[in-house]
Amino acid sequence: MKIFKTLERYMEKPDAEYIASGHRACQGCAEVLALRLAFKVLGKDTILAMATGCMEIISTPLPLTCWRLPWIHIAFENTAAVASGIESAIRILTQKGKLENKKINIVGIAGDGGTSDIGFQALSGALERGHRLIYICLDNEAYMNTGIQRSSSTPYGAFTTTSPPGKKSIGQSTWKKDMPKIAAAHNIPYVATACPSYPYDLFNKVKKAKEVNGPAYLHILSVCPTGWRIPSEMAIEYGRLAVRSGVFPLYEVENGVYRITFKPESLIPVKDYIKGQGRFRHLTDKEISEIQDRVNKDWERLTKLCEITKA
Amino acid sequence: MAKPMEKYTWRDLNVGCVIDEPGSSLEYKTGDWRNLLPVTDYSKCTKCGLCWLFCPDNAMKPKDDGFFGPDLDYCKGCGICAQECKFAAIQMVEDKK
Ligand SMILES: Cc1ncc(C[n+]2csc(CCOP(=O)(O)OP(=O)(O)O)c2C)c(N)n1
Ligand code: SF4
Ligand code: SF4
Ligand code: SF4
Ligand SMILES: [Mg+2]
Repeated sequence: MKIFKTLERYMEKPDAEYIASGHRACQGCAEVLALRLAFKVLGKDTILAMATGCMEIISTPLPLTCWRLPWIHIAFENTAAVASGIESAIRILTQKGKLENKKINIVGIAGDGGTSDIGFQALSGALERGHRLIYICLDNEAYMNTGIQRSSSTPYGAFTTTSPPGKKSIGQSTWKKDMPKIAAAHNIPYVATACPSYPYDLFNKVKKAKEVNGPAYLHILSVCPTGWRIPSEMAIEYGRLAVRSGVFPLYEVENGVYRITFKPESLIPVKDYIKGQGRFRHLTDKEISEIQDRVNKDWERLTKLCEITKA
Repeated sequence: MAKPMEKYTWRDLNVGCVIDEPGSSLEYKTGDWRNLLPVTDYSKCTKCGLCWLFCPDNAMKPKDDGFFGPDLDYCKGCGICAQECKFAAIQMVEDKK
């Protein structure tokens, strides 16, 4: 398989699957795909702490599990705290000679709700204390597991059951919280955005996160056909449209230096991303053009950040 | 060994709800969910592996001859493989199972 040869640059065993089939994710779920791909790079010496959310519910319906790695269920609030604890315990036990000295990846995982809202405080603490762990936010832009409620990561204008559009409401009335930049403000060694629609970019970033000596934060846009109201087969394509329109730029922040890792020659109109999604179907052209202006501004700001922070 | 979900009673659960068999979800055959079935025209296939890479259920499996084919026990028929194949080698057809 030639693709396995190519993938050996990023991972030891390209054909290893750490999430077994038989998981209950919806058809075309790019959130579980993001995990499948990320764990190929992380490999077998990995321990994960996971908050409740779609990925927990679909992966471990008691008494079965799809995980082939040590996995622990965490309440919403304390994913990063538990991951910190695991990291500290392993560090101390290794120092005392009670554990073999080998590199183990400690990974905390939560959805956008579990990260940008409920687990935020524990995450900030873990990043600030400098634990050597990887935190992955799977951003499907709402609390999907409980039936599509808004989070602070839901984009402006989107329908959710708690941001219903109507005569007096555009849908989500606030702009998406900028979690990656908030993580970067903790001055940690590595922050990156990624999307499984760009698998090689994602592999690169997970590899860097794995090698860094300190906290790494990965924010992965995870297209959710169920919540975004798109056909299941379009999950990869919508991730691409989000990136190519500048709505979700792929970038990384390495020791404070911002770098866009995928720069489209020119951005496609935001409308091309928005128009096929049921969650945005109520938006008027005027509203879409307001969103376009904001996306342009954010893109410009990001480009400037790259220039200013360049070594 | 894992067994079908309906065969479990509370007596089978470990203390602390520990699950001690990795990957036991294989017991649960999500192929039942499928309405559409991916069918590959191997004369168009370049063995590039994108269909394998993008399958959320790792149900598109590498085969000994270098081609890829769906594992019908788990393929949910999402259509991503067909959509993402650059050579239009995969068609989604009604699954008359
Ligand atoms: C403190 C607390 N509040 C609410 C819930 C119910 N709950 C479980 S999963 C979930 C949604 C999770 O959303 P997100 O973190 O974005 O992950 P997603 O399901 O979208 O992947 C909610 C509200 C809970 N388990 N604990
Ligand atoms: S609701 Fe969305 S994120 Fe959750 S399993 Fe379904 S497709 Fe995946
Ligand atoms: S994506 Fe298409 S060309 Fe590539 S291996 Fe799959 S069927 Fe063949
Ligand atoms: S239809 Fe979906 S689940 Fe089935 S093999 Fe293709 S990508 Fe995988
Ligand atoms: Mg979510």
